[in-house]
Amino acid sequence: MTIFSSANLKRLFTILVITAVVALMTGTPGSSSAPPTTGVHGSFLERVSWFGFFAAPRWTVFLTLGVIVWLLVSLYRPRARAIRQGLDHVMAAPRGLTAKRPARLTLMAIALVIVIFLPKFVHESFWMYLIVEQIGVWILLALGLNVVVGFAGLLDLGFAAFYAIGAYTTAWFTGALPVPALFHHHIPTLWVIPIGIVAAMIFGVLLGTPTLRLRGDYLAIVTLGFALIIDDFVEIQNGVTGGGVGTSAIPHPALNLGFYHFDWGLSPTPYYYLCLLFIIVFIVVFTSLEHSRIGRAWVAIREDEVAAESVGINPLKYKLMAFAVGAASGGFGGVMSAGLVGIINPSFFVYSVSVNVLVLVIFGGMGSIWGVAIGAIIIQTATSYLDNYQPWGYQFNDLYMYIGALLIIMMIFRPAGLLPSRRRAREFAAAEGGEEIHTDEVLTGDQP
Amino acid sequence: MGFEHFWLSGFDQIHAAFWTYLVVGLQNGAVYAMIAVGYTLVYGVLGLINFAHGEVFMCGGFAGVFLTRGILGSRVGSGWGSVGLILAGIVIGGLVSALVATGVERVAYRPLRRRNAPKLAFLISAIGASYFLQTIAGKEFGYGVNLFPGEVFEPGKVMFTLFGTSVHTIAVVSIIAAVVMLVVADRIVRATRLGRGIRAVSQDAETSSLMGVNIDRTISITFILGGVLAGAAGFLYSLQSGIVQNAGTEIGIYAFTAAVLGGIGNLRGAALGGLFIGLFGSFSVPFAFEGNVQWTEIYTFLILVLVLIVRPTGILGEKSGRTA
Repeated sequence: MTIFSSANLKRLFTILVITAVVALMTGTPGSSSAPPTTGVHGSFLERVSWFGFFAAPRWTVFLTLGVIVWLLVSLYRPRARAIRQGLDHVMAAPRGLTAKRPARLTLMAIALVIVIFLPKFVHESFWMYLIVEQIGVWILLALGLNVVVGFAGLLDLGFAAFYAIGAYTTAWFTGALPVPALFHHHIPTLWVIPIGIVAAMIFGVLLGTPTLRLRGDYLAIVTLGFALIIDDFVEIQNGVTGGGVGTSAIPHPALNLGFYHFDWGLSPTPYYYLCLLFIIVFIVVFTSLEHSRIGRAWVAIREDEVAAESVGINPLKYKLMAFAVGAASGGFGGVMSAGLVGIINPSFFVYSVSVNVLVLVIFGGMGSIWGVAIGAIIIQTATSYLDNYQPWGYQFNDLYMYIGALLIIMMIFRPAGLLPSRRRAREFAAAEGGEEIHTDEVLTGDQP
Repeated sequence: MGFEHFWLSGFDQIHAAFWTYLVVGLQNGAVYAMIAVGYTLVYGVLGLINFAHGEVFMCGGFAGVFLTRGILGSRVGSGWGSVGLILAGIVIGGLVSALVATGVERVAYRPLRRRNAPKLAFLISAIGASYFLQTIAGKEFGYGVNLFPGEVFEPGKVMFTLFGTSVHTIAVVSIIAAVVMLVVADRIVRATRLGRGIRAVSQDAETSSLMGVNIDRTISITFILGGVLAGAAGFLYSLQSGIVQNAGTEIGIYAFTAAVLGGIGNLRGAALGGLFIGLFGSFSVPFAFEGNVQWTEIYTFLILVLVLIVRPTGILGEKSGRTA
């Protein structure tokens, strides 16, 4: 087989296109302030046109790299199968490690010890804040969305809306909004948690009841529209929500039991433990939910709605349940972050927030609680690093580009995620092999 | 301000400026209709909403803006010159969008289709594609609004006066272009061999492949057709309002609403739905509280939810007859 076979040349073309896209992605931004009449000067077109193209050494570098990659791929083509198998083996290692119960428990104990003593090793409060705000709260959000997307298989693009509802409920009840709090009585931030959860849940049920009967893609677009509208609404209702400026007067959480008083104040460490506590609670609750009657009903609906209905599962009821649980955790995340940061404004709840949470779920593995938690840690660490250090000419908004690319790549190469839930991985494999899924594992025990 | 007063003043405004609202509504409706056709066609062949379609539209807008900027520079386009520019903009916008749509199909859809992946995977990769396109457009062209050389470009001028309302050349051009392109698209789908392939795949992909229809090719062509229309719409839209990197999300939802309203999978329905949503958006402007135009978005969204609850198959019914 010659290196210039048509399949190989086709591959060269693909690789060159990919390298060109990567060169564009990592390159300097185009001119954003070109006045309306300057034409292509300074714009993207000038840079990729014939002269701009070869004037920039980076293009030459990237395309050369592309050719090198192509050569390597072509040379190693005969061994591709072996390489892929090796890779699969490596990726399957974590599962092998956690297959036995004692091993799993040991790992969990080690993880717990590490997270408990982490604040001892992180001395800068900047990093501590980052860990709490960017990782802790987002793990909570991702775990919540995982119930909707991972367990029930519903695509919810409006997660930011519930996050906003939780946050603004907090602001309202603690008296931080321009409108007076309910009954003119301010409630401490911690006590708003149940109120925020219930408020988000109510909105979830209101939105879900009409739309959950519909196909999955309709649900996605309706939730997306809902999120856009909540965002709009918050922004235009100056008198109620503080408009675009938002509010910055949300009190920090404090616990007052009469004999014992604790104020979370400004130091990040107490928040860290508060967050950790809630993450553990979330993991325990959602794990037991997954293995409960409700969890099995979700699996059944996700895999075959008609079959599930025929054995007496009411799909609407269980979908609504998943949606409400997801909304509630979004609301909870909102309360948490409002209490933590003390400031809220509409820019915290834009569409990109929903997609960012979605990415955490997809990357870690839909339906896999540990996968989602670990995926959230990895992605949020990477994004915090990029945003704070801005390496290699990285621009602030570039993050979303990588997130979009990551979503596509995950769906093409590893749809079940980094640490897939066993069931989910099998579903993807079965759907792709065109087989039925064997339901022996799921439907043992009491029938829903 | 009492509610009754608010309501009545809305009607007063419509009474006073009926023709203005009508023209704006028709112009927006033309744009929505052209985008909605893309949603509907892709829905027909794949049974999926193409979440990246809004971004296909956005790319056409950018291509058009930069083409005209490149050609015009600081000169003044006028007379037949601007007619030529508009045609060139439509063609370039359409071509670039068709290219982007093909790219989206190749990268985000085809590998998954080959593996027979579940629906959720398609939706997620399409969202990834839309997100990617939005950000790369923002990176390359800036996150602000990219405008046409407005004051020097003749479409911004008044063409004629209709019952005291000045009608801009842009409005006339948009409406004519939409009508022509929609009729052509309708003919292609209904009366050509290509269209027969598209309709066959919509009805039953597997059987049509047994009958000798090349499914991959048909799906590509469907994306291209939708892309051309969306790109032309993008150019026409940006003539009026300029183009911004996240324009695709909002306009995409409007157009999607139009497609659902007309009955998704149904080309004529999409056109009709687009027209309705355009007019509805325009005539609901006087009913926006405190003059906040965002309220029209909220009203349109309510229409979407209402249609989905009351009649999810739309006005004209779903063409391909898929329900699950």
